[in-house]
Amino acid sequence: MNLDFPQIVPYIPFILQGIKVTLLVTLISVVLGFIWGSILALIKISKFGPLNWLAVAYTSIFRGTPLILQLTFVYFATPQLTGYNISQLEAAVLTFTLNSGAYISETIRGGILAVDKGQWEAAKSLGVPYRRMMMDIILPQGIKNILPALVNETIALLKESALVSTIGLADILQNANVVKGTIFRYFEPYIIAGVLYYVMVMILTWFAGVLERRMRRSD
Amino acid sequence: MIKIDNITKSFGQLEVLKGISTEIKKGEVVAIIGPSGSGKSTLLRCMNLLEIPTTGKIVIDGQDITAPKADVLKVRQKIGMVFQHFHLFPHMTVLGNLTYAPLKVKGMSKAEAEGKARELLKRVGLSDKADVYPSRLSGGQKQRVAIARSLVMEPEIMLFDEPTSALDPEMVKEVLEVMKGLAHTGMTMAIVTHEMRFAEEVSDRILFIDHGQLIEETAPTEFFARPKSERAQQFLEKVR
Repeated sequence: MNLDFPQIVPYIPFILQGIKVTLLVTLISVVLGFIWGSILALIKISKFGPLNWLAVAYTSIFRGTPLILQLTFVYFATPQLTGYNISQLEAAVLTFTLNSGAYISETIRGGILAVDKGQWEAAKSLGVPYRRMMMDIILPQGIKNILPALVNETIALLKESALVSTIGLADILQNANVVKGTIFRYFEPYIIAGVLYYVMVMILTWFAGVLERRMRRSD
Repeated sequence: MIKIDNITKSFGQLEVLKGISTEIKKGEVVAIIGPSGSGKSTLLRCMNLLEIPTTGKIVIDGQDITAPKADVLKVRQKIGMVFQHFHLFPHMTVLGNLTYAPLKVKGMSKAEAEGKARELLKRVGLSDKADVYPSRLSGGQKQRVAIARSLVMEPEIMLFDEPTSALDPEMVKEVLEVMKGLAHTGMTMAIVTHEMRFAEEVSDRILFIDHGQLIEETAPTEFFARPKSERAQQFLEKVR
């Protein structure tokens, strides 16, 4: 074995810089994906025929093709199709939003359908219009049920965000790649990247646990 | 006030209501009784369109609510409903439960809605529970809040779907007392219930339903003393 951690020490701050990009892509995509997923879920449980069909088809496509293909497609095909020169960050956020929206919509749909039917009936019997009923009565209860699942989705997204290195966005993995190319050592930069991802995932997991315990207490 | 004209209701192959006609007058209290699965809850749920009758008409105050162009939301605002399992909104306080619909549906001012809500809480004896969440209430308290939540919309008719069936025995009385008080104010009420003594005491008329048909429709004293139909006789023998 020849390990040489002292040699990599000067490069550690550079790898750490990638955290910013990794977190940025993850957080923006989770928030936008949540909004987009909520809209898709509402369409799926509504009775608008064609829109409903579109939402189901959309989910099927985004869950049925590789994420790395979607990312490559958005980054390289967007300029060809629209002439717009999409940046790496934009492509990353757009892809992850569209993709996580598809997954989150299924989670939210399940959460909504798990809300007691009596809640719908009570709201209806008070003359509450459908939209208000959804926003004020059904969604808040449905989302509470699925909060732990949403944190898990965030964890998955955080790990998958490493794919953005394939389009050259300077996240943790990409910066580790750069260091590897500079000092011609593999083990040290990648082990540092691995530790960084693991610590971030553990923090989120801990947060999910706290959330779950708190919710159980309020029931 | 409510005219039910030959309504039927089918769920797939199963015909739950087989042509029921009756009329409920303003201020009248009607108790709907019958064996489980006889269709009495379905009949009640048709009156505020939680179930849409398969055929037949329901006319409230001269307005055909079963017409395709009827404003369902407006109809429901005039009709309060109390459920067996209360269905309070668990993420709102008691006061929040009461003021939600007046604020968001009727567009009442916050001060007015809260004033009304507190007045009704007092009437059902729960003034001290305004800021509590429903999970902290007993079954009887939940049902009284549910009644107040319906009343705050100032309905013209109140529907009760087995309001005491999910309660522990010692809590039945407090709910029935509230309902009795309401009946004395002249509220039009339709009550599906298994509480025979209550039905006898409070109602002006009994509708006895079996197998989706209205078998008997008489004054309570007469119904309980001399039920005409054999099915009503058998039913009363079993429940008493």
